[in-house]
Amino acid sequence: MNDPTFLPSIHRVIDQVGTVILGKRPQVRLAIACLLARGHLLIEDLPGVGKTTLAHAIAKSLGLDFQRVQFTSDLLPNDILGVSVFDMAAKTFAFHPGPIFAQLILADEINRATPKTQSALLEAMEEHQVTIEGTTRRLPEPFFVIATQNPSHQLGTFDLPESQLDRFLMRIRLGYPDAEAERALLAGAARRTMIDDLPACMDVAGLVRLQAHVREVFASPALIDYVQALLAHTRRSTHLGSGLSPRAGLALLNGARAWALIDGRNHVEPEDVQAVLPSVAGHRLHGQAAGGAIPGHELAERLLAEVAVP
Amino acid sequence: MSRLPPALQRPWVREALWCALIAPMVAAPLLGAAPRLLLALGSALAFWRAYVIGRRAMHARQHDVALPLGSQSNWMLLASLALVLAPHALRLPAWLTVLVVLFIGWRIAVMRTAMRPLTRGTSRSLFRGGVRPPPRALLVAMVSAASVGVFLQYGTLFGREPGVALLSIMIAMKLLELQSRRDATVLVFLAYFLVITNFLYSQTLPTALLMLAAVWLITATMIGFHQRDPRFRQTTFLAAQLLVQAVPLMIVLFVFFPRLPGPLWGLPRDGGQGVTGLSDSMSPGSFGQLSASADVAFRVEFPGAMPRPVDLYWRGPVFWQFDGRIWTIGSAPSGPTAPPVIRAISEPIAYTVTLEPHFERWLLALDMPSALPPETRMSGEFVLLANGQVRTRVRYEGRAALDYRVNENESEANLRRALQLPAGLNPRTLALAAELRAAGLAPERMVEQVLDRFRREPFFYTTNPPLLDSKHTIDQFLFESRRGFCEHYASAFTFLMRAAGVPARVVTGYQGGVVNPVGNYLVVRQAEAHAWSEVWIAGRGWVRVDPTAAVSPLRVESGIAASIAQDDPLPLLVRGSVPMLSRAGFAMDAVANAWNQWILSYNTQRQQQLLRNLGLDASDWKTLSVMLLAGACAATLLAALFALRSLLPGRRDPVVRAWERLCRKLAQTGVVRAPGEGPSAFARRAAAARPDLAAGIGEIAACYVRLRYQPPGSDAAASAATADLQRRVRMLKT
Repeated sequence: MNDPTFLPSIHRVIDQVGTVILGKRPQVRLAIACLLARGHLLIEDLPGVGKTTLAHAIAKSLGLDFQRVQFTSDLLPNDILGVSVFDMAAKTFAFHPGPIFAQLILADEINRATPKTQSALLEAMEEHQVTIEGTTRRLPEPFFVIATQNPSHQLGTFDLPESQLDRFLMRIRLGYPDAEAERALLAGAARRTMIDDLPACMDVAGLVRLQAHVREVFASPALIDYVQALLAHTRRSTHLGSGLSPRAGLALLNGARAWALIDGRNHVEPEDVQAVLPSVAGHRLHGQAAGGAIPGHELAERLLAEVAVP
Repeated sequence: MSRLPPALQRPWVREALWCALIAPMVAAPLLGAAPRLLLALGSALAFWRAYVIGRRAMHARQHDVALPLGSQSNWMLLASLALVLAPHALRLPAWLTVLVVLFIGWRIAVMRTAMRPLTRGTSRSLFRGGVRPPPRALLVAMVSAASVGVFLQYGTLFGREPGVALLSIMIAMKLLELQSRRDATVLVFLAYFLVITNFLYSQTLPTALLMLAAVWLITATMIGFHQRDPRFRQTTFLAAQLLVQAVPLMIVLFVFFPRLPGPLWGLPRDGGQGVTGLSDSMSPGSFGQLSASADVAFRVEFPGAMPRPVDLYWRGPVFWQFDGRIWTIGSAPSGPTAPPVIRAISEPIAYTVTLEPHFERWLLALDMPSALPPETRMSGEFVLLANGQVRTRVRYEGRAALDYRVNENESEANLRRALQLPAGLNPRTLALAAELRAAGLAPERMVEQVLDRFRREPFFYTTNPPLLDSKHTIDQFLFESRRGFCEHYASAFTFLMRAAGVPARVVTGYQGGVVNPVGNYLVVRQAEAHAWSEVWIAGRGWVRVDPTAAVSPLRVESGIAASIAQDDPLPLLVRGSVPMLSRAGFAMDAVANAWNQWILSYNTQRQQQLLRNLGLDASDWKTLSVMLLAGACAATLLAALFALRSLLPGRRDPVVRAWERLCRKLAQTGVVRAPGEGPSAFARRAAAARPDLAAGIGEIAACYVRLRYQPPGSDAAASAATADLQRRVRMLKT
């Protein structure tokens, strides 16, 4: 590590978010790794387990400019991107940027919006720019989207198609807190106030430097072999619908790099790949078995067990 | 549409009956009592198996895959069946061959109808215009008719010939009810069986090559039936791969499979019908027939120098008894006979004979045999005899003295036999003999005189002499026709000698042989069969006299081809007048000889000899079986290693090897690394399980991870670290 000064700050971020989201340290760490790898994050779980709180806490701790969009079925693309309004005084159209022009967007309950609105957001995620009324506008750097979604069997949801799920580097689940965490949660202060009081642990420049470091984390030929073996196995395997794409492979490697960096290492080990794989591959794999669909994270576990570490 | 009883409509019933009927029909007559019992048991087992499989198939019938007519697999099946049926077609009676071809043609017509594009109308009009397979009832009628036909042809349904005939016609008819992949599979396996039946007739190299091609094609066909869209190139390639992979196992089985002394099953070619060769009698014209045969009688290798052609007298049966026309061995003398006594004068020479089966007891030996090959004995007239009929190709080593004295003291009984004459025949010859005797010459001089007469007077040597139709055959030959083949001269000379009071007998065998320069061995063909005489002279014993040599010296000096007139019938291969043909003939014979020596004649003795040379002592079949199993395991393992090699990349990386060694060490103590377990995770778990080794394991894992996953430093540092890792793994005491 040639520049270790930012590592403590990233651990402070994780610790601080951990005081708000109790008992979910692995998920917090995954979320941070995802952002360091310049990927977008999808949080899927039931309402009320702290998805929004997590996004909020991360934004505050990283010192990012934060916007939240609540997705509903009547939300229109312009509600996200922005709109030009005629300024009577200046006699010109003035562009009013939408919530997308923030460094961190929380797209809450993204699967409640119509596909049209979903795709407006997803284009921005991929291109890091938006085109409104013929003008292309760059989005700020860094640019993250944390989307939350309700499990698809809930009422009033539009499932994200596979191609759009692929835009998210990771999908994580929070799940219910354990007993101790829940007791602390019930006894503690209101989360909202806690978030308002969170100090920023690092600045934007520091975050950009860390992202640059992620790309330099060393992946040895043996490790590349391992990642490739994992990808190849998903393509050969009979119980997986379709294999992982090369984009998924890159996401896996970058996620593992970020994970290694958080660990303070300048090289990737198989364990890093294994740590991020369920989150990276879980929403990309679709297994079918006699009993019905197999959940993605279970497939990921199987994949890890079946492919030998070279 | 079908009026069959419901039981017979079930395919498994038909097939079970079929199996239970055909298999014993083909095999039963070939076997002894004990194997017959085994066969009956096997038959019952097969029936039961077919029953069980059939029941299963009944349940699985809805899953049976219909075979699209006109698909490529169909054509390949036809081609492979044609390939295995073709050699049989030449052996089957003509009507059966025609029927088989007819049925195959029918099948092709059905397939072509199905392939015809549907231009207009429905499938109904397609059927009206095209060729359909026969209805079930007609098929049953045809099967019955064919069986009856085969029965009428052979008088039985059992045995090799009717079995193969039945099998061929049934296969051709099975083609007509080929509808599903099940049917196709049955046909494929029948085709494999037909491959075996071909070897019942011929085991030569060309047959083996043809059948190898057949097996290849059949296997490709079978693969094709299990693919959705088979490609010829792909299936044949895969089949070739399978065959090549089977080669190590095949070699192991060939070398180590316990050989039974004698053939596994007696081929029903009893009595050697149709086998040309010497017989146990000699009449005028019998050798002339042999001269038309280019069949190989035997092949000889000489470890040392080859004797001169004039010395190459290969001794066969000896004839004592003459009835005026036919020479036979005759009954053994009633009195005591002297044992054969051979005194070698020249240094005996060694040779090895590979004798083709001739279904007689005698073995050909170079005159005069001075030592007996194992498991043979010698008759009173120096003929080598095997313990039984020579039914398979045999190989034996002999020794011969070219200069010899034999039975200088012959028994009275034998001398009397050697003077026997048919009463009241050949008065002119008897008169001539009386003249000779009256001259009071010594026997040697008498022999010279007679030979001189053959030389002087216009006697001719020919394979095509005029028929001797008189009662006095010797008179007719000596004084009228004067044209004859070796048997005429031997017969007349022996008769004359006997009449003159000199004991004489006829010896048959072969004379000469052609050196194959490719394989450097001597080939003796049936055309080189020969007959000569032996006279007994007091003080010298039995002396060989070849009257043919007096008439035609070329016969013994240069072989039969040089001595026979161009217009006399003689096989091209023997005549050797076409250099190209003879060169190709030599090469082909050398290949056939190698095939015989190394593949077909690989018997108990050769097996044990080979194993001894390999340093293995395999005296009994138990040891052999163990070796066979071990060899098969080794071959399979080898193939498995070859197949698994691709799954082990980086095998040679010393870092990985050291790490695997650590994993093995820990696995022995019960800490087994899961395949998907990373090194650090495993090291943590292992350290928790074995706190005493925690430090060592931690260091090794750190070292391994550094070498394998961290940015590489200098080469020197890496090799030092590798050595360190290896040392640490070695030192770790579990």
